[in-house]
Amino acid sequence: MAEAVLDPGSGQAGGHDASHDEHHYTATGLSNWKVGFWTFIGSECLFFGTLLSTYMVYKGASLEGPYPSDIFDIPLTTLSTFVLLMSSLAMVLGLDGVQKGDRKKASFWLGVVVVFGAIFLGFQYYEFNHFVHEGLTLDHSVFGSTFYVLTGFHGAHVTVGVIWLSTLLIQSLRGKLTPDKALQVEIAGLYWHFVDIVWIVIFVLVYLIP
Amino acid sequence: MSEMTHDDAHAEGAHASPGFYWMIGGILAVLTAIEVALFYMKPPMEQPLLLILSAVKFAMVIGYFMHLKFDSKIFAGVFMAGLVLAMFMVSALVVLYHFLPPQQVPVVG
Amino acid sequence: MSDTTLAPETAPESTPSHDVHGGHDEPTGLWSWITTVDHKRIGIMYFLTSLVFLAIGGIEALIIRVQLFAPEQAVVSAETYNQLFTMHGTTMIFLVAMPMAVAFFNYIVPLQIGARDVAFPRMNALSYWIYLFGGIYLNASWLFGAAPNNSWVGYAPLTSTQYNPGLNADFWVLGLSILGVSSIMGGVNFITTIIQLRAPGMKLMRMPIFTWMTFVTSFLLVTALPVIAVALILLAFDRFYATNFFVAASGGDPVLWQHLFWIFGHPEVYILVLPAFGVISDVIPTFSKKPLFGYPVVVYAGVLIGFIGWGVWSHHMFTSGLGPIADSFFVATTMIIAIPTGVKIFNWMATMWGGKIRFNTAMNFAIGLVALFTVGGLSGVMHASAPVDLQQHDSYFVVAHFHYVIVGGILLGMFSGVYYWFPKVTGRFLNEKLGAWHFWTTLIGFNLTFFPMHFSGMYGQPRRTWTYSETLNVELFNQLSTYGGFILGVSTLIFVWNLWKGVKSGEPAGSNPWGAATLEWSIPSPPHHYNFPALPTVQSREPLWHEAERKSIEVVTLADPEVEPEMPNPSYWPILLAAGVTATWALVMTGIWWVPLIGLAFTAFCTYMWAFEDPFAKKGAAGEVTHG
Repeated sequence: MAEAVLDPGSGQAGGHDASHDEHHYTATGLSNWKVGFWTFIGSECLFFGTLLSTYMVYKGASLEGPYPSDIFDIPLTTLSTFVLLMSSLAMVLGLDGVQKGDRKKASFWLGVVVVFGAIFLGFQYYEFNHFVHEGLTLDHSVFGSTFYVLTGFHGAHVTVGVIWLSTLLIQSLRGKLTPDKALQVEIAGLYWHFVDIVWIVIFVLVYLIP
Repeated sequence: MSEMTHDDAHAEGAHASPGFYWMIGGILAVLTAIEVALFYMKPPMEQPLLLILSAVKFAMVIGYFMHLKFDSKIFAGVFMAGLVLAMFMVSALVVLYHFLPPQQVPVVG
Repeated sequence: MSDTTLAPETAPESTPSHDVHGGHDEPTGLWSWITTVDHKRIGIMYFLTSLVFLAIGGIEALIIRVQLFAPEQAVVSAETYNQLFTMHGTTMIFLVAMPMAVAFFNYIVPLQIGARDVAFPRMNALSYWIYLFGGIYLNASWLFGAAPNNSWVGYAPLTSTQYNPGLNADFWVLGLSILGVSSIMGGVNFITTIIQLRAPGMKLMRMPIFTWMTFVTSFLLVTALPVIAVALILLAFDRFYATNFFVAASGGDPVLWQHLFWIFGHPEVYILVLPAFGVISDVIPTFSKKPLFGYPVVVYAGVLIGFIGWGVWSHHMFTSGLGPIADSFFVATTMIIAIPTGVKIFNWMATMWGGKIRFNTAMNFAIGLVALFTVGGLSGVMHASAPVDLQQHDSYFVVAHFHYVIVGGILLGMFSGVYYWFPKVTGRFLNEKLGAWHFWTTLIGFNLTFFPMHFSGMYGQPRRTWTYSETLNVELFNQLSTYGGFILGVSTLIFVWNLWKGVKSGEPAGSNPWGAATLEWSIPSPPHHYNFPALPTVQSREPLWHEAERKSIEVVTLADPEVEPEMPNPSYWPILLAAGVTATWALVMTGIWWVPLIGLAFTAFCTYMWAFEDPFAKKGAAGEVTHG
């Protein structure tokens, strides 16, 4: 897309006609939804940043175990990380399908995102269950508290994403996701990718760096 | 996989070919594999390397999958405002809690 | 460099308003207000609601002042006293100051940039209803006899279930969480609006300063509010689900709460003050008949304040044992932030210098802000020095400082804005004689209330304590403060009376009664519901002070359109969704983890209905729906 400038041009002298199009007027040529959503994502950086800060501050502060190295299953988490990463790939492919008006391709790839998202949630559920069995509960130690709240809120965001994308998938299957609706899919994609990059950070700071 | 350049791929509002995105996806998978390998091999400088790798992955998803590299700088502006402040906050709290000399008042870690 | 030309000698002829009652062809009645998505109506609702909460917070303050009139009194119990000062602070900050600023953002910003509404009108309404319901929820705690009692900063472990087992802190945690959602959405809305909906020619560096300050404030809102949202979530988890975030016995750190709270809390005070700075940056040039001195510097100073404001938070924690290295860093950043603030003061003064000053009520309040905020800033700079702050912290000296900046600064700025823009909103003037009474009683009452607190603080009267000992020798100061408080109460009544009279029978005002320069003054007073018949084109910072430009604009803005511009339909989903959000959080109070999910399900339902609603769907004569 051509670079949109921040400032509106001088336009016609005296102003525009009060046409139907005027309620689509923007000073930048960009979509309001996209500007608003990127701003929201910026604010979500602070939301997850605070949760992450809390986790980092309390690293090593637990008075009793189990400790991270006792219970983390890195191979399993690597697998779920990989699944989430590939779901982002599926997301761009799905968007590509919508933009090209290819209903089958769009539906397939959106379906992959939904399935992979659900698989990721499945892994999270399994992991949480396993940890609880090992004695790490929400209220057991600061590690328990910070770990579950950080990854739990991430999982909640994934859940919202899966629901959102399922809705789009149904729209696509019904043939309603025409290319003019691509923006909706793009915005959902921005959300989904953001959820992915939050996990990239969590994976390295929580799991890989002890 | 086509050999399209970035400029070709992103000229005049066209989005990249699916092949390009597969390539990005492949790179992300490889980077993740390297991260896990580093975790098990534990070489010197493991932690900085892990941070760098994840930063690269982060940037790639944002730049390519979220298309920020090729879109208006306005999106980057509103996003970076949040990201920069978040990174500052995480760093400041980590420094305050883990890198300052111990105080009389017991602090964590 | 800066443009020192004076405004035109003769005020631009302002078109007499053709309908002083507003709503030229607009629907009236309660339902139309409940479903409105019009930024002007939403702005009015924000303003009126904030006035109600101003009264509540004011009464809480007056009871405090009666209790403190003499030493060792027991007009109220210690527990009630704790609830009073907690609710006074929480109400004034979250339910008065912030919403009143948002009232102005809502009404004025679209008019100043030449837009028909904000970028997301339904979300705008949603922000308001969440504010209203959140404020009601918070104050409902009084009915339970369990108003929050943990001060507006809610330090751990006072907010833990161990030390605060009742409902009080629950109301506080959940109420503020609800309100935070409203603010974040508002921030997103105004950032998008200002970036996207500026009229042709309205470059960023041509926007009125009020809009610029709204822009900066909106960035602060979307970045700072998520931090306290998380802090409140962590505290809620501690209270409801037995986690250990702030529980020292389990390895948690109560000081972390302080960090997270103040990482929000300091940008919050700039969220409070920048709008007021924005207001007077528009008012002062108008009534000095001179463009703002050093416009770019005022803009950059505002941006810098917003940015540096993120780096000063631990100056609220100098007594929390962070150590000399941390303390020194925050001393430095806090002193540095005084610089851009001081720069603005000089810019306002330089604007007035050599101007043709009109001392009406709006201008008096604006000048009042400049003077009183400076006083508050001086005590603030004193606090910035950690060793000095060790003496001042938690004393009435701090209470004096922040009331000078919040009341002397922010509230006076808001009053200035009301007197300035009331004619635009209603098509009528506020009464200048009553305005003079309002201004002088405010000035006298305010200084009488808060200046003595510098002394009682220095003499060692601690804040947040329900009585003080006679041996402290601060009774005289407290008496003066109490008298001053009641004078402030009277001044507020005068204000409300003036508002009432103004709406009912104020002198009619035209489109530009002050001869001001900015775009909102180019349309009728009150504006049509669509604001601008067609989008004007702007060529300068003071569009209405350049004759040719003004004429070309007014040809467009004062015309009657052949076809009325299409505006989005009203909707009831915002109020329903707001009810869902409020219910979800309120149900957390039950302590049963799955009960809030009921509220969440309703919220999700409303979200879906909203998403599939077409704001521009038209209903034909037979009720069939077409799309505009």
